[in-house]
This record gives sequence, structure tokens and C-alpha cells, in this order.
Amino acid sequence: MALTEDDVRHVAKLSALECSDEEIPALRATLAEILDYVHRLASVNTEGIEPTSHVHGVVNAFRDDIIKDSLPLEEVAGNAPDFAAGSFRVPRII
Amino acid sequence: MERLISLSVSEMRNGLLQKDFSAVELTQAHLQRIRKTNEEFNSFISICEDAALAQAAAAETVLAAEQGASPALTGIPVAIKDLLLTKGIETTCASKILTGFIPPYDCTAVAKLKEAGAVIIGKTNLDEFAMGSSNEYSAYGPVRNPWNKSCVPGGSSGGSAVAVCLGQSPLSLGTDTGGSIRQPASLTGVCGMKPTYGRVSRYGAVAYASSLDQIGGFARSIEDLALLIRTISGKDPNDSTSMEVDVPDYLAEVRTASKTQLQGLRIGVPKEYFIPGMQEEVEKSCLASLDVFRHLGAEIVEISLPHTEYALAAYYIITPAEASSNLARYDGVRYGFRSQDHDSLAEMFERTRAQGFGAEVKRRIMIGSYVLSAGYYDAYYLKAQQVRTLIINDFKQAFANHCDVILTPVSPTTAFKIGEKADSPLTMYLADIFTVPINLAGLPGLSLPCGLDSAGLPVGIQLVGPPFAEPRLFIAAAAFAREVAFDSRKMALS
Repeated sequence: MALTEDDVRHVAKLSALECSDEEIPALRATLAEILDYVHRLASVNTEGIEPTSHVHGVVNAFRDDIIKDSLPLEEVAGNAPDFAAGSFRVPRII
Repeated sequence: MERLISLSVSEMRNGLLQKDFSAVELTQAHLQRIRKTNEEFNSFISICEDAALAQAAAAETVLAAEQGASPALTGIPVAIKDLLLTKGIETTCASKILTGFIPPYDCTAVAKLKEAGAVIIGKTNLDEFAMGSSNEYSAYGPVRNPWNKSCVPGGSSGGSAVAVCLGQSPLSLGTDTGGSIRQPASLTGVCGMKPTYGRVSRYGAVAYASSLDQIGGFARSIEDLALLIRTISGKDPNDSTSMEVDVPDYLAEVRTASKTQLQGLRIGVPKEYFIPGMQEEVEKSCLASLDVFRHLGAEIVEISLPHTEYALAAYYIITPAEASSNLARYDGVRYGFRSQDHDSLAEMFERTRAQGFGAEVKRRIMIGSYVLSAGYYDAYYLKAQQVRTLIINDFKQAFANHCDVILTPVSPTTAFKIGEKADSPLTMYLADIFTVPINLAGLPGLSLPCGLDSAGLPVGIQLVGPPFAEPRLFIAAAAFAREVAFDSRKMALS
């Protein structure tokens, strides 16, 4: 199963990463090498084996619904590149 | 004053209580060591000089008032991997994308250290977002290994390992997703532990692969490490995956362990961890360490963990998948870097991420997006999660039927040269071949030095236990360390 340059462009899009045409060939080669390596799992018989998402099998962890103070807005928003009028400002979308 | 930096934590504690030196002097000595060595080794990204001295001064007041009743780490410096949030102190994850990010709160592990009186001395270098095994993938430049400056210290917590190795700090925190504490501990000749998954809260640890990430730490002795890990352990309402399991006093357990404690301890040695291509001296040192354990009364049994050969492949599906999701939050909107060169919102996201992330982080995000994408999910991600179950079952079988502790090498080689593997991701990934299975299974793993190779570089062994068997690992490691003439203080003394 060969990874194509178009696959790389598609994955870059899914990842929200701008990728120039010059970067594609080298990236394709590296990603293909890694995918070839991980593809060895195909030879493992996993029929009837449950997948693991949490090692200790914890399913839900509930807590009481107690209202607590939030972090101060000015400290949180202070990290934003562009914050104004109580909002994160971004380029217009409509 | 420089001699202070090579003391153990209990010696520092005694010195403070007996007023041989003050907490401010102790912090000064470490700051001086950092100033003298950081340019060369690059282990710190931020040095918290003013805040550390203020904390040390406050510690003096506490020590004067409470003396022996003061918290165990009062006035003791600790270095923090720059992946853990520190209130008011820039946290970069060694990435350009978080430039200027000042966390509004402390990571729980850091908060617990502060409650115990520790002085936060600085933030240590790492592979960007903890993705790497050499500390070369940092936006702040590579860290150098004190045992040989042309070698890597390992990664991703390379800065934290070097800080302890060099005497820049007696203790440090790291994180370990696939070996990021144990491998650098091994390559720099110090002790390191990744606790059981769920032992330490991950609240405030910047997420890489959430089902494997675990905070742990480094020290120059097992006793110091036991104290550090105990301090940061425990259930935290802010991390629903932290577990409600009692935290024993690890240090007391190590100290009260009798000389015959290892009598009858069954140490399993998995044959799959001795593979062609590994450095012969590493294999020899590990086998020699078995003789030490035999001498201490332990019984050595050969075991098999048959799915070991698939662990690295499963790991490099599961971790990039989780990373691609976790790192989606870096988009230039709420914090950190934003590219100024864009015509639309989508372009802003894509350029911010392209310019803000380094090459290895981008590779892992893309691998993750690929294995989770339509048509590939079952073949890659689901398959890897099933293989993860098989790997967990291997360990369960071994602990249920054959052994109490498992002993393996930490890394197939000792420290390698800077630049040697940086351009070949897959070669770099193989550096973690003996550590990733432990993360996949969520088990506690402890790395401790066992000797030097012919080039004078440290070799480490890894002790692995069942979930929450940290005390067993500390006791076995402490007994071993007493028998083996390896001095983790060597680089702090030089």
C-alpha cells in the first residue's frame, strides 16, 4: 500500500498544516517509512480481542456538581494573541 | 558553597535543620551551578532566580518556626520539565507555538511540591511536546550529556535528567509517555521513575498521548526518588484518570526494608528484551546485574512476553493518533504564537501550525491524522488498541504466574552522538523499544544505573512491577544500589 503525494496533501489538510510543494516528497518518504513499519501489526491475530483505551478499565468518574470559581478572565485572555471586547479576535469568516 | 549541590535530599534536610546552611544558601548554590553550566549543557529553558530566592526565604521562616515538623521538602530545589504548567512562569513545551504562554494555574504535581515546601528553581528543556528520544527536537536547541558533551542525554525529559546529573537541582520532574523519564535517566546515570498510570495526576501536564502520559521524576538516589514520587502521587479531582489508591510512604518502606527483603523475590527476565543489534555491553551489564540480585537472595526466572515485538508499532499508531487530537488546540487563537501572514481564518490556522510546530511534531500529527482517517481507522488504530490488550495480557500472565518484578535493559544502547539519529525518525523511535511496552500496559517502571560501558557512558536497568507496586520497585532498586559501586553524584562533583 503506497502512500502518494496526494495522500500527504490530504493528511496535511486534515491536520491543518500548511505544506509547500517542495516539502511533499521528503515528507512522503518519511511518513511511508513509518507507516510501513507500523503495518507489521497486520500479521497479529486479534480476532475476538477487545481494544484497550484505558489500562485500568475505568469507565466513568463522576463528581458532585459543585460550582467553583473560574480562573480570572484577564489572566486567561492575557495569553491570547488578539483579545478584545471579551472575545478572541480572528480574521472575518463571512 | 558548591559542595552543597552534590548532597542527597536527606543530607540537605539535615543541614537545613541543623543550620549548617540556610535555604537561601542552598538555592543560591544551585542557581550558581546553573549559571556556570547552562550555556554548555542547555538543560534549562527558564531559570526562576527571583521567585526561587523568594521561595527559599519563605522556607527559612517555615524552618525556623516548625523545624523538624516542617514539610519534607522545605527549602529543597526542584526543577520542572517545561511541559508542566507553572503559574506565572512561561511554559513553552520547547515549542515555538507556545512562545510567551504564561499559565494561569499550577500543574497539580507542581502544586503538591510547593505545598511540601520545595523551591521551583527553573523549567527544563525537552523534545518539543515530549516527542523525541534525544532532546534534539527542541526549539531551544539540544541538551548535552554531562558524561560526554558530544552525546545526547536522551529524551524527551533530557533537561530534567541533566539537571539532576549535574547538580543543578537535587530533584526534577519529567513526564514519560514511551520512555521519556527512564531512557534519559539511563543515559545520564541517574535514577528515574515512571509511576503507574493514574498514580500521579496529569492535571496541568500538557497532553501528548493521554492514555499513556504519566508524570514522574529524577533523583541521584533511590531514597530521594521515593520521597519525590510520594510527594506528587495521589487522587486528584481535576484528573478523572488519577486513581483512588492509597499512597504508601515509599521512603519509609525503603528505609525499613530489611537486608533479607529480596529473599525469594522472583525477578522475571523476558527473553524478548535481548535482541540482535543491541549494544553488547548493555546486554552484559544487565546480565551482571542479575548476579547482584541473586546474591541479594532473589530468584531469577526466564519469562516470555510474546507480543513485545509489536509494541513499538502499536505505540507509533496510538500516540500519534492521540497527539493529533490533543495538539489540535494550538491554532493561534487562545494562546501562544499566531502567524501574521494570512488572508483567511483557515490560512491563519494552517500557517500558525506550519510555522509554530517543529518537523517531528508535524510528522506525528500527520501520522495520527492518517491512522484515524476514514477507511484506515480499523486497520491501524483499532488494531493497535487490540494489540495493546495482548501486550497487557502478556504482563498480567507473567506477574500472575511467574514473577514479582521484571528486569530489562532500559535502552538498547548507551548515549549516542548528537546528530546520529536526528534525521531518521524510525531509527530514533527504536531507542524506545524496551520502554514503550510498559507505558502501553500502564505499569510502573524504574530506571537505575548499573555500570559504565567501555566509553565511560552509563548503562541502566529497568525494573517493572504490576500496577501500584512502586514500593516493591523502590525496595529492590535500593538494595541493588547499595551493592553496586555506581556514583550518580560523579558529574555533580566534577
